[in-house]
Amino acid sequence: MRAVRLSVVTAAATVAALTAVTGCAEKSDGKGDGAVQVVAKDDSCEVSKKKLPAGHVELAVQNKGSKVTEVYVLFPDDRIVAERENIGPGTKATITAEIKAGSYEIACKPGMKGHGIRQKLEISGGSAAKRSPEMDKAVAAYRTYVQDQADATLPKAKLFTDAVAAGDIEAAKKVYAESRLGWERTEPVAESFGDIDPKVDVRADGLEDGQKWTGWHRLEKALWQDKKLGAEEKALAPTLQKDLLDWQKRVGTAEITPTSMANGAKELLDEVATGKVTGEEERYSHTDLIDFKANVEGAEKSYELLKPIASKNDAALSATLDKRFAELNNLLDTYRKDKTSYEFTSYEKVGKADRKDLSDAVNALAEPLSRLAAAVTK
Amino acid sequence: MSEDTQDAGAQDEGAQDAGAAHTDATGAPSRRALLGWGGAGLALGAVAAGGAVAAVRSGDDQVPAADSGAAVPFHGAHQAGIATAVQDRLHFAAFDVTTKDRAELVALLKEWTRAAERMTAGHAVGDGAYGGLAEAPPDDTGEALGLQPSRLTLTIGFGPSLFAKGRFGLEDRRPDALVDLPGFPGDNLDAARSGGDLCVQACADDPQVAVHAIRNLARIGMGRTAIRWSQLGFGKTSSTTPGAQTPRNMMGFKDGTRNISGSDTAALDEHVWVGGKDRAGWMTGGSYLVARRIRMHIETWDRAPLQEQEDVFGRDKGEGAPVGKAKERDEPFLKAMLPTAHVRLAHPDSNAGATILRRGYSFTDGTDGLGRLDAGLFFLAYQRDTRKGFVPLQRRLAAHDALNEYIQHVGSAHFAVPPGVRDKDDWWGRALFS
Repeated sequence: MRAVRLSVVTAAATVAALTAVTGCAEKSDGKGDGAVQVVAKDDSCEVSKKKLPAGHVELAVQNKGSKVTEVYVLFPDDRIVAERENIGPGTKATITAEIKAGSYEIACKPGMKGHGIRQKLEISGGSAAKRSPEMDKAVAAYRTYVQDQADATLPKAKLFTDAVAAGDIEAAKKVYAESRLGWERTEPVAESFGDIDPKVDVRADGLEDGQKWTGWHRLEKALWQDKKLGAEEKALAPTLQKDLLDWQKRVGTAEITPTSMANGAKELLDEVATGKVTGEEERYSHTDLIDFKANVEGAEKSYELLKPIASKNDAALSATLDKRFAELNNLLDTYRKDKTSYEFTSYEKVGKADRKDLSDAVNALAEPLSRLAAAVTK
Repeated sequence: MSEDTQDAGAQDEGAQDAGAAHTDATGAPSRRALLGWGGAGLALGAVAAGGAVAAVRSGDDQVPAADSGAAVPFHGAHQAGIATAVQDRLHFAAFDVTTKDRAELVALLKEWTRAAERMTAGHAVGDGAYGGLAEAPPDDTGEALGLQPSRLTLTIGFGPSLFAKGRFGLEDRRPDALVDLPGFPGDNLDAARSGGDLCVQACADDPQVAVHAIRNLARIGMGRTAIRWSQLGFGKTSSTTPGAQTPRNMMGFKDGTRNISGSDTAALDEHVWVGGKDRAGWMTGGSYLVARRIRMHIETWDRAPLQEQEDVFGRDKGEGAPVGKAKERDEPFLKAMLPTAHVRLAHPDSNAGATILRRGYSFTDGTDGLGRLDAGLFFLAYQRDTRKGFVPLQRRLAAHDALNEYIQHVGSAHFAVPPGVRDKDDWWGRALFS
């Protein structure tokens, strides 16, 4: 429920307006003087120009392959500058963007899947703030992780929402917690959009006046407390699926920086400290420990990717973090069947003293984790 | 004290730039610099903290504790906060040690000592509460900025559980006097408010200063220690300055009139400080602390007739004079009191001379869910040997005290309080761990 702390330490380029297609009528035929011709095939991505002046950039795309493709302009850390999906075989499309000086990539994704076929694009003019390649690498890898988590969540969420729509309470209960794993692992990024979280992950006490309660926890209450799925609940299932699809499509555009990754990791622990150890998050299903584990996994991913930078600047801190992550994970392992299972003990069965141990372990990790951003920016 | 005197004191401690007054080495202002106390916050250079946390600097300059608000010296043969004139407020915290690594525990004690030196002198912890890296949380939590040192004292103690076999190799160093307290009749102890591997007693004239100190120590300790329980106290119930009137407890009575004076070195040596001949050598100059959370049944007490109240204590309510006497400090005639009177039973003459130094505080922690005040006395007693101090005294009281109808002991802890930190190279517990 908290917006991720976004830093201005980022590539010196502004996000281009994706709606610019309609705003550039004079070049909308894709054959304007400055247009970059992109020929996309099933196994290639040919670009006519690789160096351009900063400012208004236009890509004229032709799909000469046999698969539906999509074309992206990407920052060095893989954040999307501009994109166009669903370019069918034999069709043309135009992508426009305002781009500042710097290094970019154009990616064609035949079949609309995977990393894509990449080409460099250099934009010159003006002054471009440089970020170190290792930081870009960390951010790009994290962006991939975030996208993978969203991609993996959608089919699991569909199992859940299909069961709800079909009125199958037992089947829905079974997949509920697992359908949330990917979301919980990457929550700070999802929350950075502001509008998705209140639709999919809000709890009853987080509702604003007049806000309709939708999403996972609304259905959690129906399944575990009300023990029935009426017409209203069934109708909320496709809404959840639609909202999650929106998230999946937008994660690639999230602004991610090394410091937002570091602070995002800390925020995931904050989520645990304020919502999970108290049992508030999953008050009906008591599946808090599954969210807990997912939050820790997401934080650990951020940390692992930043570790090459952080350990150079503050070796003692990364040694502490390695130790504390291991201690918390070991403690969590005592609450599940085995180390691969996401079947955790129901939180209502975790006593007061054990909850305090969990809380202490979270504090022990979150406190040094709060210094990770400083170690990365040093 | 004049600035000249302060500067001279600082130079004695090796300060190079006695003229640079208002900030320490990193430019983080001290609390006292913010107050404009010229010459106070001298930069003494960084001292390695011996751990992961950023180095803390020692900037302790001597200001007499005479005026409320000044700083109490941290260094000395005994820890401050025992014989020190009792301050108005308390934040007491008991910690569990969560690390299993002795070296980590030692590093923590060193970091705590450096932070305690700074906070008791009125300085912020580490690089301060602001002005540091924008991307990192500040070293100090900041709520004491602009406040005076407020006679803050921080006193550490080690609980019996710290000496348990297989933990830190301290089982042979557990003092005989650090007994497991026996069960007393009427006790209703809550495990979640009892015990602890470590304790820190923070006393100050400003509650915010005391809370700030515990909060920062707890934060520094995370991952190595965790708070087990803590208690706020607001009204001192005894004093170590016999010239002053004895403060009243929540029952409206003066109690502990015959407390040991902080300036009576003979009595302190006899009853409070562990001597060189006592067995655990590392405790020489230290003391033993018993902490008891004593809940008072306020509502039933308030319905008791005045005569009964006065009989229960053995004093009158107005002046606080013992039965049959005129003034609070008149020598009590014990036989004039009921055999169950509190003062009669607690008096050294009824206990073979057993004498303790009391530093208790009143507490009120809201209500208990039954509409009753959760209030009482947070009893703190220091003594040279608990077996000869608190234990026989409490045995007698628990068995006979008329007050028992109105009180219940609900929390209990016992700590060995090591001697004082001698100088800037010394640290809390060095004699125990070396």
